[in-house]
Amino acid sequence: MSHAATTVVPASNAAARPSSRNYARSYWLFILPAGIVVAAVIVFPWIFTLFMSLQDFHVGGAMRFVGLANYERMLSDDRFIWAIIRTFYFTALAVIFPTLIGVAAAVCFNKHFPLRGLARTIFILPMMATPVAIALVWTMMFHPQLGVLNYLLTSVGLPPSTWVYDSATVIPTLVMVETWQWTPLIMLIVLGGLASLPQDPYEAAALDGASGWQAFRHITLPLVWPFIMVALVLRAVDALKAFDTIFVITGGGPGTSSETLNLYLYQEAFSYYDIGYASAIVVVFFILIMAVTLVLMGTRKKAKAA
Amino acid sequence: MTRRRAKRIGGKIGLAISVLILVSPALLFFLWMLSLALKTEVDNTAYPPVFFPTTLTLDNFRAVFEQNDFVGYTINSIIVSFSATGFALLVGVPAGYGIAKAKASASAALILVARITPGLSYLVPLFLLFQWLNLTGTLLPIVITHLVITVPIVVYVMVGFFEGLPNELEEAALVDGSTIWQAFYRVALPLARPGITVATILSFIFSWNNFIFGVVLAGRTTRTLPVAVYNTLTFEQISWGPLAASALLVTAPVLLLTLAMQREIVAGLTAGGVKGG
Repeated sequence: MSHAATTVVPASNAAARPSSRNYARSYWLFILPAGIVVAAVIVFPWIFTLFMSLQDFHVGGAMRFVGLANYERMLSDDRFIWAIIRTFYFTALAVIFPTLIGVAAAVCFNKHFPLRGLARTIFILPMMATPVAIALVWTMMFHPQLGVLNYLLTSVGLPPSTWVYDSATVIPTLVMVETWQWTPLIMLIVLGGLASLPQDPYEAAALDGASGWQAFRHITLPLVWPFIMVALVLRAVDALKAFDTIFVITGGGPGTSSETLNLYLYQEAFSYYDIGYASAIVVVFFILIMAVTLVLMGTRKKAKAA
Repeated sequence: MTRRRAKRIGGKIGLAISVLILVSPALLFFLWMLSLALKTEVDNTAYPPVFFPTTLTLDNFRAVFEQNDFVGYTINSIIVSFSATGFALLVGVPAGYGIAKAKASASAALILVARITPGLSYLVPLFLLFQWLNLTGTLLPIVITHLVITVPIVVYVMVGFFEGLPNELEEAALVDGSTIWQAFYRVALPLARPGITVATILSFIFSWNNFIFGVVLAGRTTRTLPVAVYNTLTFEQISWGPLAASALLVTAPVLLLTLAMQREIVAGLTAGGVKGG
């Protein structure tokens, strides 16, 4: 999306070749097959979910129109409300840490040093690796008695942690996994931004005797800010709908202490087969994600205007 | 002069240490994964943990293939990821071209909305649909749901790529009397090969990694690899060696692909912030 405004044909060019405009209509034929697929597997589910959210329906049972009853039920559903609170808690932490580390990493990887390509590739491996596979290895590392992490903690004189086995530490621990896994995406987007920066302001700043930090604070940061915001919005969206690693490592436990909205949704839909209620949760979930996206993009615009 | 030099050397050392700190969580994690997969069960359950094993073994990998139909699950994963990626390329590459040329930014917005929708929300309706159509128990539902991931990735990458291509060559072809289909097929498509490579790799990897669709839709014989490995964890006696070995086998193709094609992958991810699910 950073490349949204690319090739804009100059007016004179378009005037010189009026024929090129006549083709615009026929280009829809190129889009049609994909359009049909998107309509079937993406748009149809959206509409169907909206319809199902107004029904009382369990898999194998009869369907009955209940109006907004599923939505009313959420207001008194403690498990749902706690899932939302937990989702926001998890998301806030899982945005802040990857963004801070990701920007710092991008600054490092923007410099030239030997083996840079290899280092960068190793750095992005966590986000490319199969989430289930890495979640399994993390689970083994979190083992309270035999896990390597508690050994490392105690060997430097720190007390062992309860990691995912205690309701107080489970979400910070999952945030750690999420940070490990998704900081690379922030780094890549910001690195793309850094690579596009002009060199002149830095030369001028160096002549004026600005320190490295001053140059970063007053030149780099304002210039890459739009890229950081794009990365931050995507990170927030992904954190809100995080599923694989949480599902595999804790399954929402212990108890329900790491049950985010997405995990609760899974339970309602595929453990209790309460499709009507699950559909209503999907609708609210989607509105939440959309709202967070728009609010963050709004602050981005405001920051730009200021 | 010497002070400036000292500062420069200090900066270099600082950078080296920073890079080391940044890379080590990933590096140590995957080395530990490898070590769990190659150590004996005695070493794996020893405390303190064994960091430098005296004996390495392939027994864990043998156990994975003996205890499960791992070959069958691999074939499932290959069928699903290749079909979903192939089909997405078939419809997605022309669509990317059409959107770029017609400047149909509204359809690009649709792709973005699809990007922020949780994968599970597609599953509830599609799960019911597949039940009513009696398709459960085959690989077809899994392939179809994977299109939810692969089609937006391909379209998104290709729109960006075609927008970056110069128009002159195709316009020359159009002026010379070729149809827009010929201009696409003969002129734009060959130029777009690097973009298609990026789209193929990313779409394949995110389809291969996908877990959520398989865990709901797959039956005993239609499990993809991530689902099969997850089931090893939950339903069978847990021993770390084989578990780590199966995790390594599942993710090895993706890791190797990333190492081999890092330039293309970085280019694709930087531009789009693409992510599956």
